[in-house]
Amino acid sequence: MIPNQAPKGPVRTADRPGGEGPVPTAAGGAVGSWLRATNVSVLREVALLPVLVVLIIVGAVVSPAFLTVSNFAGIGQQSSALGVVVVGEALILMIGGMDLSLEGTYGLAPMVAAWLIVPIAGYGDGLDLSPYLGIVILLAVGAAVGLVNGLLIVKARLNGFIVTLGMTIVLAGLQNGIVKAQTLFNLPGPFGYLGSASFGQVPVSLIVAVVIFILTGLFLRYHRTGRAIYAIGGNTAAARAAGVKVERVKLGVYVAGSVLAAVGGLMEAGRVSAVTGQQGYQEGIIFNVFAAAVIGGVSLKGGRGNMIGAASGVILLGIVQDILDLANVSNYWIEAIDGAVILFALVLARVVGGESTAEEK
Amino acid sequence: MTSSGVPGPAGTALVEVVGVEKRFGTTRALRGVGLSLAAGQCLGLVGRNGAGKSTLVSILSGLSEPDAGQVRFGGQPAPRVGDIGSWREWIATVFQHSMIVPALSVAENVFLGAGPALVNWRTMRSRTSGIMREWGFDIAPETPCRDLSVEQLQIVEIVRALARGARCVLLDEPTAALERQAVVRLFDRVRQLTAAGVAVLYISHHLEEVFEICQDVAVLRDGEMVLTAPTASLSRDDLVAAMVGGAHGQAAAGGAGGQPDQPAAERQADEAAGRDELLSVDRLTSDSARGRLSGVSLQVHPGEVVGVTGLLSAGVASLGRAIAGAEDYSGGEVRLRGRRVVPGRREAAQRAGIGYIPEDRRSEGFVAQLGVAENATMTITRQLSDRFGLLRPARRAAAAAPLTSRLSLVSAGPGQPVEELSGGNQQKVTVARTLAHRPSLIVAITPTRGVDVASKELLLSSLADVAASTGAGVLLCTDELSDLTVCDRVIVLVRGEIFTEFNQPPFDRDELIVATEGLTGSTSSAAYGTAGEAGE
Repeated sequence: MIPNQAPKGPVRTADRPGGEGPVPTAAGGAVGSWLRATNVSVLREVALLPVLVVLIIVGAVVSPAFLTVSNFAGIGQQSSALGVVVVGEALILMIGGMDLSLEGTYGLAPMVAAWLIVPIAGYGDGLDLSPYLGIVILLAVGAAVGLVNGLLIVKARLNGFIVTLGMTIVLAGLQNGIVKAQTLFNLPGPFGYLGSASFGQVPVSLIVAVVIFILTGLFLRYHRTGRAIYAIGGNTAAARAAGVKVERVKLGVYVAGSVLAAVGGLMEAGRVSAVTGQQGYQEGIIFNVFAAAVIGGVSLKGGRGNMIGAASGVILLGIVQDILDLANVSNYWIEAIDGAVILFALVLARVVGGESTAEEK
Repeated sequence: MTSSGVPGPAGTALVEVVGVEKRFGTTRALRGVGLSLAAGQCLGLVGRNGAGKSTLVSILSGLSEPDAGQVRFGGQPAPRVGDIGSWREWIATVFQHSMIVPALSVAENVFLGAGPALVNWRTMRSRTSGIMREWGFDIAPETPCRDLSVEQLQIVEIVRALARGARCVLLDEPTAALERQAVVRLFDRVRQLTAAGVAVLYISHHLEEVFEICQDVAVLRDGEMVLTAPTASLSRDDLVAAMVGGAHGQAAAGGAGGQPDQPAAERQADEAAGRDELLSVDRLTSDSARGRLSGVSLQVHPGEVVGVTGLLSAGVASLGRAIAGAEDYSGGEVRLRGRRVVPGRREAAQRAGIGYIPEDRRSEGFVAQLGVAENATMTITRQLSDRFGLLRPARRAAAAAPLTSRLSLVSAGPGQPVEELSGGNQQKVTVARTLAHRPSLIVAITPTRGVDVASKELLLSSLADVAASTGAGVLLCTDELSDLTVCDRVIVLVRGEIFTEFNQPPFDRDELIVATEGLTGSTSSAAYGTAGEAGE
């Protein structure tokens, strides 16, 4: 229990500034019982906690503004869009697949929706649809992209890497094409609500992201299909031999992943009150998505990973980004440092996580 | 038990194996094995599964090192293990599974890993076609190997051996994937090689082939070389006796479960059509890589345990997999209780009531990182989950408990990952997974491979028990003859066709061996066809 408890304490201190911040609660309080239930190595689960602790100390030293409720609310709001996409990518990685086009969906889905609901003056197409219908369209775009990917990968058995790479570029091209590279401002209230509103100091997007993490975690642990995802990723042939409908589950996961990416895109659009041509592909968010998932212990080979790990990966990246902002690191250097910290976190997760996080020889 | 060398012409031994020992853990795979091969000699090497043939092949190919003893080439000690280049100048192995890179051309494959660092395409091609011409083969050097047939690939491997100047060619089960006509042509090639002074070590399960082309034959049994003699001085029975050894003459034991006269309980009132036949397979054909099938028909009745056996390539595994829906087939049909089973879809076959214990448990039998209970109940998640699809771990463990205790499965608990279990217990997980969904037919493929003796008995008797108590049929596809003791009937496949069927347990081990080799026995069994007709 000693190695388990030691890192737990500091998480609680991280909990305090955020008050009832639900993310640290999920990451800290549930860890113990979850661990016993899932039989995974304790060390592996808490691999990231010491890093988070160090980062929080660094943040507190760098800026007095770091350990404040409003700062943590900001981190939460900035990270929730990424977090929701990470959930989608983690599901796809767990079945042994990969999807680079989630960043394309993250940009295109809100763009299509906004284009259909914003007036012509705001570079919309003039249909002026209801913003609620816009959200439905956004989800439909996500589902459609996921379905096409899934059909090409699962049914036509094309290589997932190259299919989704091609798809990313198609989606990014459409994103700029339909609005001739304009940025859509003046998003109607309901459309921007998810990304911009907050309850007191707690952003709605953070609450939604946490709920998505928790529900997905429970689904993976307790639902028949969730268990099938682990079985397929662990050994597709064995799952098939046991009567699991492998193709159907895989297809469903590709669709779910893309829908989650669309939801993440909606959060981001609401947060910046606009849909830009840069959102997604040109920002290159897919690197952060993969980094968060892998740092969080989701295996690129499939079959291993969980939502606690994925959430801690997202939190880690969010804190690093925040510290770099607070430290007024020159814009010219920020990417190099960001990338280096991610590489460092990967090495650390590998060292602490043991053999199961290693690639094959 | 002497380890005699060949009493061949003294001093001319090209390849010599002296007192070779090899251990794997506590198993002594080879015990003081000796063998000698002269230029121009064709020596057959035979032995049952597990006799040590593959270990000897890997030592002779320079891939593994003996714990004791020596390999000598032309009187000198063999090169260091791993120095494949020098090794290949003496002996080259044509393995059972092709070692050809499909994406490369014939010439590239012939010179793969040999020759100078800079590739001179013209020389490479002209040398390849030179060797082809010299030996009367005609495969263009620039042909991509993926366009070649199995027979042509084998020629490329032989040419590769000749190009390195190997004076001895080791052929490991060379006819396993060949059709009858191709086998005849292969024999011509072997004769051509020996006539030119190349030594050939010919490893085969097909005794009739050994009699046809080998001057001498060496028999391995339990890691010992028990017989080395000219084939002309031996009868087929002598050879079988040497292979089977102490067990010779012993019956393979009586049917353990007896012959259930009437299945104890039938789970459903059957449709009139399928009243008596549980499984009916009609003229199944398949081009499976695991062994072709050409028109196999069979029936299994409720409560019956039917064995299917044959040599590695005879199609035993492909038949089992096709029936279980684990692989597609090209013709014929499978019916369970009169209903057609969708081909090539495992989950459909399972829903129809066909359980499947796969051949290779590591690749299909379980998900290594998931727990024992979860693996054991993977076939019944739908039944265990509530209407929202939620699956409580406690419920899963409760469902797995009776299965694991029935199979005496030893684990630290229901949550222990299957990868941490021993081979025998892993296999029990796979069997539990199959029994869990209460199949009306169980297709088990080599269910006791790599399993210790105690677990073996338990697994087999549990299958027989299920048949007797629930009226399920069992189709036991295996090349392990001792497994067949639990069967009521045994069907023998030779080259993808039913060769004969044994209806009367106890089954005579020697007769079974003879039948799997495609030789007609003198006994009670009714022959369906002859090997001569097979594969044409």
